Amino acid sequence: MNKKTVAASSIAHPGSSVGASLKVVFVGHVDHGKSTLIGRILHDTGSLAEGKIEQIEKACAAEGMEFEFAFLLDALLEEQEQNVTIDTTQIPFRTKRRQYVIIDAPGHKEFLKNMITGASNADAAILVIAASEGVREQSRRHAYLLGLLGIKQLIVVVNKMDLVDYAEDRFHEIEAEYRKFLVDLDLAPQFVIPASAKAGENIASKGQKMPWYKGPTVLEALDQTEPNPSEADLPLRFCVQDVYRFDERRIVAGRVETGTVKVGDALVFSPANKATNVQSIERWNVAGSDAAISGDSIGITLTEQIFVERGYVASHQSDTPIETNRFRADLFWIAKEPMRVGHLYDLRLATQDMKCQIVSIEEVMDSSTLARQTDKREQLERNEVGKLTVQTRAPLVLDNHDRIPSLGRFIIADNGQILGGGIIFGGIYTDRTVAKSKNITWTEGKITGQARAAQMGHRGAVIWFTGLSGAGKSTIAQALERDLFRRGIHTYVLDGDNVRHGLNSNLGFSPEDRVENIRRVSEVAKLMADSGVVVVTAFISPYRMDRRRAREIALEGNAEFIEVFVDAPLAVCEERDPKHLYKRARAGEIRDFTGIDAPYEPPEGAEIVVHTDRQTVEESIGTILEQLLPRLKAEAPND
Amino acid sequence: MTNHRSHLDELENQSVFIFREAYHSFKNIAMPWSMGKDSNVLIWLALKSFFGKVPFPVLHIDTTYEFPEMMEFRAWATKHYKLTLIVKTNLEARARGVGYETHDPVTVTHELKTVALQQALAEHKWDALITGIRRDEDPTRAKERYFSPRNAQFEWDYKDQPPEFWGQFATTAAKGEHVRVQPLLDWTEVDIWRYIQREKIPIPQMYFAREGKRFRSLGCSAITHPIVSNASNIDEIIAELETTRTSERAGRAQDHHERNAMQKLRAKGFL
Repeated sequence: MNKKTVAASSIAHPGSSVGASLKVVFVGHVDHGKSTLIGRILHDTGSLAEGKIEQIEKACAAEGMEFEFAFLLDALLEEQEQNVTIDTTQIPFRTKRRQYVIIDAPGHKEFLKNMITGASNADAAILVIAASEGVREQSRRHAYLLGLLGIKQLIVVVNKMDLVDYAEDRFHEIEAEYRKFLVDLDLAPQFVIPASAKAGENIASKGQKMPWYKGPTVLEALDQTEPNPSEADLPLRFCVQDVYRFDERRIVAGRVETGTVKVGDALVFSPANKATNVQSIERWNVAGSDAAISGDSIGITLTEQIFVERGYVASHQSDTPIETNRFRADLFWIAKEPMRVGHLYDLRLATQDMKCQIVSIEEVMDSSTLARQTDKREQLERNEVGKLTVQTRAPLVLDNHDRIPSLGRFIIADNGQILGGGIIFGGIYTDRTVAKSKNITWTEGKITGQARAAQMGHRGAVIWFTGLSGAGKSTIAQALERDLFRRGIHTYVLDGDNVRHGLNSNLGFSPEDRVENIRRVSEVAKLMADSGVVVVTAFISPYRMDRRRAREIALEGNAEFIEVFVDAPLAVCEERDPKHLYKRARAGEIRDFTGIDAPYEPPEGAEIVVHTDRQTVEESIGTILEQLLPRLKAEAPND
Repeated sequence: MTNHRSHLDELENQSVFIFREAYHSFKNIAMPWSMGKDSNVLIWLALKSFFGKVPFPVLHIDTTYEFPEMMEFRAWATKHYKLTLIVKTNLEARARGVGYETHDPVTVTHELKTVALQQALAEHKWDALITGIRRDEDPTRAKERYFSPRNAQFEWDYKDQPPEFWGQFATTAAKGEHVRVQPLLDWTEVDIWRYIQREKIPIPQMYFAREGKRFRSLGCSAITHPIVSNASNIDEIIAELETTRTSERAGRAQDHHERNAMQKLRAKGFL
């Protein structure tokens, strides 16, 4: 075996973790000795498998190379060939106090994405600076990114002190320069430690070479850091991943990102702004569970069957998140292709997923010099960080990152590939009922149905309500319109009131006129659907033939047609009789009244049926939305 | 709140989160199931994620070199958990005479496991596979992502992996591609055992010592060797792991047949 096969399996007993590990990300400028430091730590903590060092020493001797601790790390073949760390690796080790996981992030700036991947969930960071070279570009860039990711516990190791004769003044010079840089980032290192990983000075034990240094060794410093504080005391944010109906239960599945939720709690679901209570907290094969805290993946059932779907965020009424479609953020870009202002991207925040555009770039930060460029920019290049304004297609539920980190960060993606990440700041917590401005011009090519759908974020459709007078068509249609509108969906209700007075003012109630009435409504609905609107029609439309024709007309125009049967027994409708029409029909004042002296032909193949005698308006809306929303998606899934 | 979470709770919560993200992101999922300890923990976590149901098929790649005890376990567990079981064997390779009697273990493993898996994928057009691999098992697994894309040739481009942070993953597979979803990535061998113990997860008895020997890792009967051990219950196994300095897969011949065998197998699509 030669050195090329030495790898993470060289770790002695990686399986023997007891409690949670503290995750420490290691960063630093290329060749500042990060890998050597890690190798040294693994060696000095007895984390290496028996005979491993000897094996490498032998292999090195055979190839006429000097033994290096860095070799221990190089897990994959290509790495050793190029002598750089390629990707994020996680390596466990243990001190007397606790278990650690080293997250090894690369020093090459083109591998920024791997550093972000590794560092994003770290508790603490060790930043390595070579005493011989001093503070370099990546020493600064990495610190900036750590700050952006919200990693507050920072240990700076001034390595390679052996190369500067363990000179105290050189150490202080670097320390002073770097501290000054960090202050501007609002970062303060917990420790700055002079060390030599190669010689083992101030890593696991204090050496003889730097008697002037009185602080802790690297391992002592690590043992003084703490895991990220629990987020159970922050306001509740429960992010819905899915709603499951595998059995008779309807379980809202998701993760408590922050805060605490208990059975009986009153919750508000955003963005719908609907309130209900927690009936139960569901966990499989766990006895009696009446509360959950941040980090728990759970399910909840609700006391009322309100419509909830993936992306919704539940909070307590007293402390709701921000709901907006326009906000400011710091965005770092890691994709090869630059980020372009005005381009349509996917934005994902917790389990929300929607289209967005970057409206403008206010400032670009050079992460190395921290110089701010404020000249007008239309693009953000790879590895740049910009302060910018984002606009989303529909309202997004969010928090400021400094308040609730998990709801204050998002990624930008295209085609399922993550291109960049953003940190939200400056959002204002206000009353959500404030009207939202949508003053943005979307630029698209030729205006096909697809382009319209892409711009609007949904397809056009005709939702055809049918049912007896008094069944609740208008009530539900209007409630549905409000709900869709709140979701940023372009929608409009066509009903007797706005059609009979204008378009169809020349029509009466004769059988022929009724047919013509429905025909015209069908045509208007088709045109509106073709223009991208979700049209809701609310007419008794008693004849199957008429409804079939309405469907055919819609389909001719390539519009989705969804028939909704608003079902309630005649007796119930007659009892409701909101406009006293039944009474008048029974009295013979109105003739040809549907259900009394004219037939109603109930639909046979309606896409959706709601029973208004048994369901509340809210529940009916829920039933409709469940089936409707997937059909409105701009892109057909999976192709 | 006094509700203090243990390390195992954290691992479980994270795995459940990943299961649910995968179930949302992909239309056509399967979960390879070897009946080994990690595989059974995976099934358990699926039951946790979906409240007592495994809502996608489990796939057993039957190499025809299976331990009879494992097959018994398969029959029992399939019924017990109400699993939808799909069994796949590379019959074509067996017909050609590929077997441990005549071929080297790397070749056989590739043909009877990886190629069989490719055949099953081509047949069922799965866009995601949920696998039970862990970072601590093998050096090449240390660099894995939770969501790890594989191209149509099954290759893993470990030099250019997608970024993965803040619970956001690469969730699209182009035609012919699939994504490996790996909910156990952060678990260690001891975590697996402690979890099996805590949750009382049924596992094959071959993991426990009989006449001074036990299996630490289970694969094909022809090339999987027991280790010397008197560990006859989970506490003893954990105690043994706390002191051992040999690797978990030391008893798996295909890993050690040649230098970097595992690297080569994995780059070609082995789990």
